[in-house]
Amino acid sequence: MTDPAPLVLAPPDAEERRRRRAGRFERIGRWAFPLAVVLLLLAAWDRIVVWNDIPPYVLPSPRLVIGTLATDWPVLLPALLVTLQITLLALLAAVLGGVGLAVLFTQSRLAEMSFYPYAVILQVTPLVAIAPLIFIYVGSKLAALLLCAWIVAFFPVLSNTTLGLRSADHNLQDLFRIYGATRWQRLRYLQAPAALPYFLGGLRIAGGLSLIGAVVAEYVAGTGGTGSGLAFRILEASYRLNIPRMFAALLLIALTGVAIYGALNLLSYMLLRKWHESAVRRER
Amino acid sequence: MVESGAAQPLLDMQGIGKTFGRGPATLQGLSLSLGRGEFLSLLGPSGCGKTTALRLIAGLIAPTEGRIRWAEPKPRLSFVFQSPTLMPWATVERNVWLPLRLAGRSLAAARGEIAAALRLVGLEAAARAYPRELSDGMKMRVSIARAILTRPDLILMDEPFAALDEITRFRLNEDLLAIRAATGCTVIFVTHSVFESVFLSNRICVMAARPGRVAAEIPVPAPYPRGDAFRGAPDYAALCQRVSGTLRQAMGEAA
Ligand SMILES: Nc1ncnc2c1ncn2[C@@H]1O[C@H](COP(=O)(O)OP(=O)(O)OP(=O)(O)O)[C@@H](O)[C@H]1O
Ligand SMILES: [Mg+2]
Repeated sequence: MTDPAPLVLAPPDAEERRRRRAGRFERIGRWAFPLAVVLLLLAAWDRIVVWNDIPPYVLPSPRLVIGTLATDWPVLLPALLVTLQITLLALLAAVLGGVGLAVLFTQSRLAEMSFYPYAVILQVTPLVAIAPLIFIYVGSKLAALLLCAWIVAFFPVLSNTTLGLRSADHNLQDLFRIYGATRWQRLRYLQAPAALPYFLGGLRIAGGLSLIGAVVAEYVAGTGGTGSGLAFRILEASYRLNIPRMFAALLLIALTGVAIYGALNLLSYMLLRKWHESAVRRER
Repeated sequence: MVESGAAQPLLDMQGIGKTFGRGPATLQGLSLSLGRGEFLSLLGPSGCGKTTALRLIAGLIAPTEGRIRWAEPKPRLSFVFQSPTLMPWATVERNVWLPLRLAGRSLAAARGEIAAALRLVGLEAAARAYPRELSDGMKMRVSIARAILTRPDLILMDEPFAALDEITRFRLNEDLLAIRAATGCTVIFVTHSVFESVFLSNRICVMAARPGRVAAEIPVPAPYPRGDAFRGAPDYAALCQRVSGTLRQAMGEAA
């Protein structure tokens, strides 16, 4: 009992210390370095504007952009909410449509053969090419925007979930067969959990794409009014050469994208951390 | 102690053939009969069609020739694969629950049986662990617990211990015999270890390859229970030698 004790209590050796240092570097660096880069760029931007006396209608300083964000908040907030609403609704529709179609395709070969090519065609056709037609034929502007964003966002969910539903271990599939599992049991207890990591990967892509879809669709729609989003505000500000507001709106869109990505990443981590290789923390 | 297959065979297959696609026959003229309570080993070189034979028996693939005859009522099967084949998203307990879950039993209602099965494989303490937290040997035990949960009449095992080290394998072999003594199930055990087959079974079917078939049947008359002492017994050594010889002969025929 006394013999191994010194070994256990011995101070961490050089190797161990080096690894801890590397771990700390990794943890802090992940935040510190991007932050440092941003601050540096902002400072450079600010100095360039000030030293060269660049007028704000050519390039506003970062301080002015933040200021505009504050003063124009009454205009920008409703626009942000509109864009956010369309983005989230489109993402929801993409999840429902993508997962629904994936389940249908894996359950019925006939459905897959009939409809999969159209899903691909929708995916490969650029949105800006279809959007004008959609705005002509779909009466409600909200519905048209949603449809546009959905077209861009649903495919990653569909293709990833389809792949996931098919990727369940073959021996487990055989086991389900030996125990006489029904189709529904197989889907629920085997294919769905096996597809979850794939689905979440698709969801992360779809989150970004639904924002892009919403913004692009709004550009194409190009109409103002009370229910207009950030993209329209940018368009409007550009007609008026209100460059600071353009930057402020752009900043909001970028932050929205980052927030969506972060939220979906967190969701993915929460759902997978117990068992999936991508999320479990390995004991070292 | 062991009924011979002649009285009321649990399973009888004569002249079974299986050909995949247009390729050469994987199995041809495979004949095999299994009595209730037997521990039968299928021993043969890699690629001789052992897994294929097991999958035929499990009904996962259909023979291209011959028919498989079962006793009435048809015995209930379970399968243990070469790899543990656990669901990584489910705890040990929930993995073992699978056969009863598919039969419509809730976890609460199945808890007693799950605990009993885990006790038999010595893993009651790991019920809430995830598969990734277990060693390979423990995972294999979970897989065996799942297979014995429903007290099946026949357990098909496809080289379950092939990937394990010899010490673990010996221990699991002994545990397997204890489990079988406790449950009274019939077992078909695929292996390519001569020692394992002699230690475990009361009959060994030596298979030859291309096409796969049963080349010889060797009874192992030693009584159960068998422990580590059996591995040191002279008749164990003699049997191993005989089975090795037969296996070599069967492989020579094929070449
Ligand atoms: N689904 C399949 N399609 C085509 N050929 C197959 C299929 N399954 C097995 N075979 C062929 O059948 C032969 C026997 O395969 P099998 O897996 O039954 O061998 P085995 O005796 O279990 O070998 P091992 O000890 O390596 O597991 C192999 O030559 C293999 O190529
Ligand atoms: Mg095999």
